Parts: sequence; C-alpha cells; structure tokens
Amino acid sequence: MTDIETDNKIKSEEYFVNMGPQHPAAHGVLRLILTIDGETIVNVDPDLGYIHRSIEKMCERDSYQQIVHLTDRMDYLSSHINNEAVCLAVEKGLQLEVPERVKVIRTILSELTRLASHQLWWGVMGMDVGALTTYFYAFRDREMINDIFEETCGARLTMNYNIPGGLMYDIHPNFVKRVKEFITHFKTKLPEYDRLLSGNVIFINRTKGVGILSKEDAISYGVSGPVARGSGFASDVRKRHPYSAYDKVSFNEIVLNEGDTLARYKVRILEMWESLSIIEQLIDNIPEGDHLVPTKAVIKLPKGEFYQRVETARGELGVYINSDGNKNPYRLKFRSPGFSNLSALNHVAKGGKIGDLVSIMASFDFVIPDIDR
Amino acid sequence: MSNEELIKQIETWGFQLQITEEGTEFLTFTVQKESLHDFCLKLKTDPETKFDFLFCLTGMDWGTELGIIYHLASTDLKHEIVVKVMTADRETPELDTVCDIWRTAEFHEMEVFDFFGIRFKGHPNLKRLFLTPDWDGYPLRKDYVDEANMVIK
Repeated sequence: MTDIETDNKIKSEEYFVNMGPQHPAAHGVLRLILTIDGETIVNVDPDLGYIHRSIEKMCERDSYQQIVHLTDRMDYLSSHINNEAVCLAVEKGLQLEVPERVKVIRTILSELTRLASHQLWWGVMGMDVGALTTYFYAFRDREMINDIFEETCGARLTMNYNIPGGLMYDIHPNFVKRVKEFITHFKTKLPEYDRLLSGNVIFINRTKGVGILSKEDAISYGVSGPVARGSGFASDVRKRHPYSAYDKVSFNEIVLNEGDTLARYKVRILEMWESLSIIEQLIDNIPEGDHLVPTKAVIKLPKGEFYQRVETARGELGVYINSDGNKNPYRLKFRSPGFSNLSALNHVAKGGKIGDLVSIMASFDFVIPDIDR
Repeated sequence: MSNEELIKQIETWGFQLQITEEGTEFLTFTVQKESLHDFCLKLKTDPETKFDFLFCLTGMDWGTELGIIYHLASTDLKHEIVVKVMTADRETPELDTVCDIWRTAEFHEMEVFDFFGIRFKGHPNLKRLFLTPDWDGYPLRKDYVDEANMVIK
C-alpha cells in the first residue's frame, strides 16, 4: 500500500450528494444529504418527512381503541409490540389488570414478531453488503411466522390483535402446534444463517471495525435496542422494566462491547436464540382463562400522565399519554427507537466511506415510518 | 436513589423548582426557563444524580403555555425523573438547548421546533426536519387550523 505514489498537490473539494429519498439501501423514503470529500463522508444530514403522517396529531382526535390501529403503521415490522405498548399504557391509566393468559400470549406473539423482524433484517443486511442469497433464506423462515399470525390474528403484517383490556379474540386451536413446528424448524435453520453469512470473509471485512459507537456516545445519543447492546449499553426494557410475562421467563440480555457493525449483527443473531428460548418456556404453559377484560365502549383515562415503554425489535418504544380526563388524549407522544437511533448516524458514519454507510445503516436496522411517524 | 433522597439532594442546589409526584409515575420538577440549562447540566454532571440518558423529549402545548417535558434516567444509578419547562410567549417562544448535554436532543429539538415553533438558543442546526421550509404554522399546537387537511369536530 505504501508504494503507491500520490500527488499531494491535487486538492479535492467537498460537495453534496443526495442519498435517497429513493435509495435501495435505505429501505424506505429516507433522504440523507451527504457532504463528501472524495469517498470520505464529512457530514450526514438526514432530511425526513417523506412518509410523515402526523400520527401524534391524529391520536389527539381518536379514541384509545382507534389509536392502537395507528401504531402498526409506525414500525410495521414490530406492529404487534407497538399495539401492546399503547394497550399497556391505557391499561396503566385505567389501573386494569389483564388475565395471565393475555400476558403470556402477548409475550409469545411479541417474541415471534421480534424473530420475524430480525429474520427480515438478516436477509436485508446480507443483501446490502452483496450477499443476495440471505434474502431468500430469511423469507422462507419468516413466512412460517406470518402464517401463524394470519391464522391467529387475521393479518400478516398489521395485526391489531391487542386491544385495551386484552386480545381481540382467543388464539386459534392450531396456534400451539404451529409455533412448536416453527421452533423445531428454525432451530435447524438458525445455524445455517451463521454458516452462510456470519463467518464469510467478505462480510467480516465489510463489518468488522466499521462504524464504531462507544458506550458513552450510545447513551448520550439515546440509542436503544440491539444497536445500544452492540455498544455495551444494557438497554433492554424487558430486563429493566419487565412488562407482560417477561418477569416470569429467564433469558439473557445479549450485550457486546465492540460497538462496531459486526457486534450489532451478532447481537441480533444471538437475540434470536433468546427469543426462541422465551417462546419455548411459555408455549406449553399458556394459562387457561379469559382473553379479555371488557372495558367500557368509551374509554376515558383519568387526568394525569402515563408513560409506558416496551422493547420492540428496534429498541425502546415509549408511549407518553397526557390525559385531561376526556375520551381522547390531550397529547400523545411516541418515543420511537428509530428516531433516536438515527440521531447517532452522523456521529457513527463521519470519517468513513460511502460504502461503509450502507453497512452501517443495515446494522442500525432503520424502518423509516418508525422515524417519521 | 429514592425519590425522597433525590428531592433532598436536588433542593440543595438552590434552583427555583416546583416538585410534584401527583398524577404521574415519575418525580416531576418544573424549572424556570432561565435556569433550564444550568439545572440540566447539574443533573447530568452531579455524581449523586448522573442523569445521562434522555429517553424522551416531548413538546407540549398547555393552551396558554408552550413547553418541553424531558424524561431522564441514570443508567448507572437507575433512578428516573421528569423535568418540565414552559414559556408563556407564544409569538416567539425561546428556550435553551440541551443538545450539548444530551446529544440526542439535537434531533428531538428539531422535531419540537417543527411542530411547536419553539426556538432553541444555542442549537447548531435548527431547521424544519419533517415539514417543508415554507410550511405555515406549527401543526401540533392546539390553535393550529388547517381546514383542508384536518377533520374538526
């Protein structure tokens, strides 16, 4: 490398390039205004709003049951968990205790959602760094989860299965059998993911030491989820503030300290094993009982402020409800994991190459409607 | 640190504060807007409090006042509080930025500026983040009117 002669008199100039709003690596309408010097990134300035629907303003108009349906459309890969967040917040406001059966089913479905999301991420991560095969492997396995959702919830993506007070209807008679089939299937396929991509030399070169985020910066930038845990910040809401049935299961919080793209990748792969373990602990022990505590047709939360957080596949989703006692919230704020994680992108990508930005974005696992809301 | 200890500790700093624990699960401090930055910096740097994780920043329109709600946690000491600040000036509301204390605030404050029109003194890059630069008004304010796109009941 040192033998190449360089002409130091040639000066390069900084210039702007638009990455997006339609860019294959952004997986959505995210526009990044890059300031670059040659191929080195000087600054990343995200320009948002291409899919902004003002969900927070719509919430001020809607009833609490209606709000649940809007949340699928934020992080559509964690839609069940988003629904759960709003339901838990409303139940907290009503001081409503849901049956154990509801808690367990919600937890199982949340973990299935997380698995489906991580599978899609894995397929896309491979594709972004040039390994197209991963996409087909991931979708083969994700299809099984979607089928389970379709049978029990009636939808494959925007489930709307949670409602304040419990679940819209009870689980399908086939649910337990099909989940077990999936677990058996996926346990043989997850090692395949490692064999195909995790040890690949090209993949390692594209990810190891790329896009380093230190623990201090991760905390300061409000980063959460697998991105934070890849930087050594134990941010898992399921451990810090257990909700639903997470206090009844034992699982490890995966924390790695490298802080690079490869660490974020490994966290999600290892998390899939933990999700499988959580489902296995619960699937044979779904308590009998009702699937719903009926609420009034018009839900009015008492005056006050309610905050509920859950761990989606992307990190900490917070629902802040400010109620004045009416049937609509006075103000409802979604603290979306994608938005806070995006705030760290400039810091992580600065000084790297444009090609690295693609693998960094893949490891951040952005879902743009989650950022825009 | 428990809430009582936190109140005792924070009261020794001599800021003019309103403290409440009613109607919310978090201990809430309402701070004067003039001392917002000093108060936040103290919360972050004091070894007894160490609030290093700003996990939610919410813009608010209380009808007469505009303001911000900060949800803060300490990753080390595991306690959480809420800080509120408000300004009665609806024409040119201005508050201090906290993005030099918690860097995630840079983005969240841009969002608040976009939807509530609160300007942040000392913010490095305050611009419309979601809406177009020529957008008229601030949509999340309670007195915002858009007859074409809003269903008014």
